[in-house]
Amino acid sequence: MTDTATPTPTPTPARSSRRRGVAALLHLRELPVAVALIALVLITYAANPLFLSPQGTKDLLLNATIMIILAVGQALVIITRNVDLSVGSILGLVAFGTGSLFANVPGIPIIAVFAIGLVFGAVLGAVNGLLVTVARVPALVITLGTLYIYRGLNNAWAGGTQYFADDRPEAFGALSVDTILGFPLITLLAVVVVIVVAIVMAGTRAGRDLYAIGSDPDAANLFGIPVGRRVFIAFAVNGVLAGLAGVLYASRFNSVGATTGTGLELDVVAAAVVGGVAIFGGSGSVAGAAIGAVLLTTITSALTALRVDKFWQQAIVGVLILAAIIIDRVASIRTARRLRISEARDV
Amino acid sequence: MSPEQTHPPGNSDATLLSLRGAAKTFGPVVALADGTVELRAGEIHALVGENGAGKSTLVKVLAGLYHPDAGVFEIEGEPVAFRTVADSKAAGISVIYQEPTLFPDLTVAENIFIGRQPKGRAGLISRARMRTEARVLFERLGVPIDPDRIAEGLSIADQQIIEIAKAISLDAKVLVMDEPTAALSGVEVERLFAVARSLRDRGAGILFISHRFDEIFELTDRITVMRDGRYIATHDTAAVTTADIVREMVGRDIAALFPKVDAEIGDTVLRVDGLSSAGVFRDISFEVRSGEIVALAGLVGAGRTEVARAVFGIDGYDTGKVELLGRRLRQRDPQAAINAGIGFVPEDRRKQGLVMDLSVARNATLTLRHALARFGLISGSRERRAAAEWTKRLQVKTGSQEYAVSTLSGGNQQKVVLAKWLATAPKLLIVDEPTRGIDVGTKAEVHRLISDLAGRGIAILMISSELPEVLGMADRVLVMHEGRITARLDRADATPEAVMHAATASMEPVE
Repeated sequence: MTDTATPTPTPTPARSSRRRGVAALLHLRELPVAVALIALVLITYAANPLFLSPQGTKDLLLNATIMIILAVGQALVIITRNVDLSVGSILGLVAFGTGSLFANVPGIPIIAVFAIGLVFGAVLGAVNGLLVTVARVPALVITLGTLYIYRGLNNAWAGGTQYFADDRPEAFGALSVDTILGFPLITLLAVVVVIVVAIVMAGTRAGRDLYAIGSDPDAANLFGIPVGRRVFIAFAVNGVLAGLAGVLYASRFNSVGATTGTGLELDVVAAAVVGGVAIFGGSGSVAGAAIGAVLLTTITSALTALRVDKFWQQAIVGVLILAAIIIDRVASIRTARRLRISEARDV
Repeated sequence: MSPEQTHPPGNSDATLLSLRGAAKTFGPVVALADGTVELRAGEIHALVGENGAGKSTLVKVLAGLYHPDAGVFEIEGEPVAFRTVADSKAAGISVIYQEPTLFPDLTVAENIFIGRQPKGRAGLISRARMRTEARVLFERLGVPIDPDRIAEGLSIADQQIIEIAKAISLDAKVLVMDEPTAALSGVEVERLFAVARSLRDRGAGILFISHRFDEIFELTDRITVMRDGRYIATHDTAAVTTADIVREMVGRDIAALFPKVDAEIGDTVLRVDGLSSAGVFRDISFEVRSGEIVALAGLVGAGRTEVARAVFGIDGYDTGKVELLGRRLRQRDPQAAINAGIGFVPEDRRKQGLVMDLSVARNATLTLRHALARFGLISGSRERRAAAEWTKRLQVKTGSQEYAVSTLSGGNQQKVVLAKWLATAPKLLIVDEPTRGIDVGTKAEVHRLISDLAGRGIAILMISSELPEVLGMADRVLVMHEGRITARLDRADATPEAVMHAATASMEPVE
């Protein structure tokens, strides 16, 4: 976002663009959550240096990985002024499917399992997208329905069956054990996902359309943006990412069964909102959602490291959500007042 | 029918856009019966008509938002049928709506280029190029708007400029402006006109919708008049006067449609004194006496509804006072207004006047729920009895009182809203657009009801954008224009021309 292409013949524009850069940084919606995360990590580290030991860091990152991927997908959907509550159930179905594939198709290549998991997730997400765009019922209601439908399918399919890590090839489990420069492989995968989606959202017309749709759906229609198609794709991509999270879940955790992923959806929405994604759409970024995910998962570890009662963890998450919403409201009330004053001058 | 009331000639060489006989109905409501307009390359063409004459529907047809049920639509001689807004855009039509339609969370530059942002390396959007191109546009328009700021918080004038910049960057052949000057100041209007003229000189065709006659005569080459969803006539601007156009806009037999029974006019019920609210309305003073119907006339956006909302205590105001029967009413306290004896029938009955999913009986007795309750519980039988009485008196046509209000026709819904307030025995009833979206037959019934209420000594403040309704019903007419009262007319002096002139604040005298 620098001014590289604009010629800067005199020093003045350069300085003003730098000042603008600082101002823009201060206005970043991701700033509060990033500051909160850094503060949390530093305070915990000061109290308990083991918190940032190689093993401690690795655990932090592993815990955050799946949530990051889910939060990125959820951010896409929320930015269009929708929401997907079925992600926990999608993750559950795909995770169980992954366990089932390894157990029932011996020798299946890991890459094939990934492909099948992503396609499965895409189909489940596309069903959400289709229902939302065709039925024109709020996504909240549609995905609340599919949350239960997908979970029901998972129950019917799994019954009492669970698949354990022993059923899966060692190389698959190693994905969430092996590290490069201290970073677990699946965490690096999540970082790649964040970067790719962030570039698409900031740098392609389709990505910007999602912001426009969430900012004012009626104006988007008036302007001829293909609202239905774009929203459908956002849901489908969210399904793909939930599918990816499901496959990684099977790699990271010992057992997958009928209840895998239950209740995750609210954590995911919370991560996105805390990360600065406005719940009514139009602003926020996937990077912010990812930082929000890291913050929420880190709080658990930090409170354990600080020997704070586990009970407080959820209350603190609640306070963070309220803080994020209040920051948002204060900002929009201030712009509304500015608008009213500037219009009053005209009359 | 005067001789010039014929359709414009069809196949002129320079015809850019031609729409003939376009019709659009929504259920029983005819929004457009004969939408006809012919736009030549290199002209600015005014489209005029009262509120509800069908101008906005016609614009939406041109924009590809509405699909006409009938009619011929040609661009440069080729028939077209737009299925989406994108089709209309692709054909070179750009529409600037009355309400700017910007995306508040996106930057100014992005608002201009959304969907066709310039690309840089690796096929990604280049913000630097987008910013530079936006700057070039703003320089051409002579406005200093920062392309990097977000659109939220921009003044209406700046938003309008951004819409124009958008249209220019699209290189539109046809530019439709729906009341673009409504929120602009003098300097801004001049700038807009300069831009419009330069676009015309490059061969674009501009369709300019406005209620301000001084602007129309200053800017446009031809004028097309619409009335009641129909094409009336097209004139060369130089060959007509404001009076000619106003006559064509309102020309219709008024007295026959809207009976106002003479009522005995008594003491002052409502006194509004020097009411002002920054940026909304200014120095509003008037009285309404018992048995009297006072109409607040004016164009949409003149501030009439806002005055009514302030009187009823929904919105606050900066200075001035509101008195009912000599007692001052507190600001921002609708419950006090209701207790003092004011009823308010809002403009949008579906959203504000009724709870659409509740039964007719429940809706009709909503205002009575305290009176009907015993020990805090509402008695179902007393509720039904009260509702039955009022629905009978107002002749609400419904299969059963237990049906949801949403199943009733518009006119009968309006009667339920009236019943709701009449049950409280109000001293003053404010009715905002009482017959909007109601078919002609039921309209007369609603009018008879309102007139009957005045006959029983209720003071009535009626906001209406329909001139015939104002002239037929009101004892006195207050005309508002841009937040001020610009004329106070007695029934005898309230001619369509006088009201229209005050509403548009045109400088040219009538006749």
